[in-house]
Amino acid sequence: MIHAYKIHGENIVLDVMSGAVHLLDDTAYDVLGCYNSDGTLDPDKLRELTKYDEKTINEALKDIEYLIENKMLFTEDPYTEMLPVWTKQTVVKALCLHIAHDCNLRCSYCFAGTGEYMGHRSLMSLEVGKKAIDFLIENSGNRRNLEVDFFGGEPLMNFDVVKGIVDYAKEREKESDKNFRFTITTNAMLLDDEKRAYINENMHNVVLSLDGRKEVNDAVRKRVDGTGSYDRILPLTKKMVEERGGQQYYVRGTFTRKNLDFGADVLHLADLGFDQISIEPVVAAKDSGLDIRNEDLETVFSEYERLAKEYVDRRNNGKWFNFFHFMIDLEGGPCIAKRMRGCGSGTEYLAVSPEGELYPCHQFVGHKEFYLGNIFDGLNGNPIRETFRETNVYTKPQCDSCWAKFYCSGGCAANAWQFNHDIKVPYEIGCELEKKRVECALWIKAQEISESQM
Amino acid sequence: MKHIKTINQSTLNKEIKKAGCGECQTSCQSACKTSCTVANQKCERK
Repeated sequence: MIHAYKIHGENIVLDVMSGAVHLLDDTAYDVLGCYNSDGTLDPDKLRELTKYDEKTINEALKDIEYLIENKMLFTEDPYTEMLPVWTKQTVVKALCLHIAHDCNLRCSYCFAGTGEYMGHRSLMSLEVGKKAIDFLIENSGNRRNLEVDFFGGEPLMNFDVVKGIVDYAKEREKESDKNFRFTITTNAMLLDDEKRAYINENMHNVVLSLDGRKEVNDAVRKRVDGTGSYDRILPLTKKMVEERGGQQYYVRGTFTRKNLDFGADVLHLADLGFDQISIEPVVAAKDSGLDIRNEDLETVFSEYERLAKEYVDRRNNGKWFNFFHFMIDLEGGPCIAKRMRGCGSGTEYLAVSPEGELYPCHQFVGHKEFYLGNIFDGLNGNPIRETFRETNVYTKPQCDSCWAKFYCSGGCAANAWQFNHDIKVPYEIGCELEKKRVECALWIKAQEISESQM
Repeated sequence: MKHIKTINQSTLNKEIKKAGCGECQTSCQSACKTSCTVANQKCERK
């Protein structure tokens, strides 16, 4: 399987199974268009290619055949024999702790209602937090690196418990031979000196929520009294990043139908001096009036492509920044075993509610059919967990036939559930956006590689 | 090659038998939380 496409005047081809990426001139691109998906040449199509002379066409054919012979184009799938090994039930290695089912903001697109996940407002107790750590250690098998994310609602509303959990996990590290990596996601409203210092001392990464331009942010990220949050969170976010030495953080925003020109929000954040930026399409927002629709796709595609160009320009001209969804590692990235499975929700990654209930991920918390047990009594054998285990790009027909499968890894199960009521059927709009992002990321990589070769 | 430039070699299908150790960071495409998408993760097999 290959994916050949044009972007910003260049022709790029990805060989899906090997990960090889090639730049083609127009001749080679058009000649490649005469090949069938199995790597055989269609002589009728080739005959119709009259705009090039025979000599040039033969040169292009020679190049293409060289790549095929050297397993860099139309390579076959070598992974199927390993699938039984790679799809065994895995251990639990990451927990998302819902430190608070409460929030001091009322963001319109929140998948958790107003922070309480459609349940009642509650805070996680330290007892539950510690038990969650015990559960993680006990269910992690031989995995050394374990991840604990502090999430919510807004975790800073219950920060003493966060600290207690971190202390406890660190205490247990030595005797359990585990290495904990903590991260925290916050709206920054309560990010005072003390909390910032603690986070910088103890957390591997921090995600700071900010949607971009003030008018965009404040249209959706409102306080309880209806006023915007930008003016409060921006200075605190800046301090956070500065005090962290600009390392291991993301300023992360959400874009919706209301700001399809989200590139401007990305650049706004870059202009503010942030260099680790993520702006992502809203998740699980069906019927909200904010989700990205089919009719919005062309606009969003153009926006990603426009942003990619600006991105390359800035990175070449002293205004370097990192945009999360344009990051791609072609050489040292994860193996196919990981790429085919994706986020690990429901299998290696679980979410814990303030009461200690287990769910496949933060998006599923509170959804009864996805209740997987609790940290006191353990996993309850809910067969849905088996469905998560079985779900990967090979077992989903739409994914199996998709060129982006090893870069996307199958999309967000929560989106699939909300829009298709089936975690095995990916959310199409999510697919379209992801494919465009990968196309842009490959183009950007091509620019950087070409630049470095000059 | 006259008409094609390879900018990335075949990197995915190396060392298949060693794959799947599970030590890499959890990834989240929607990254509501902190994580990488699969495309930008690092392999952490040691």
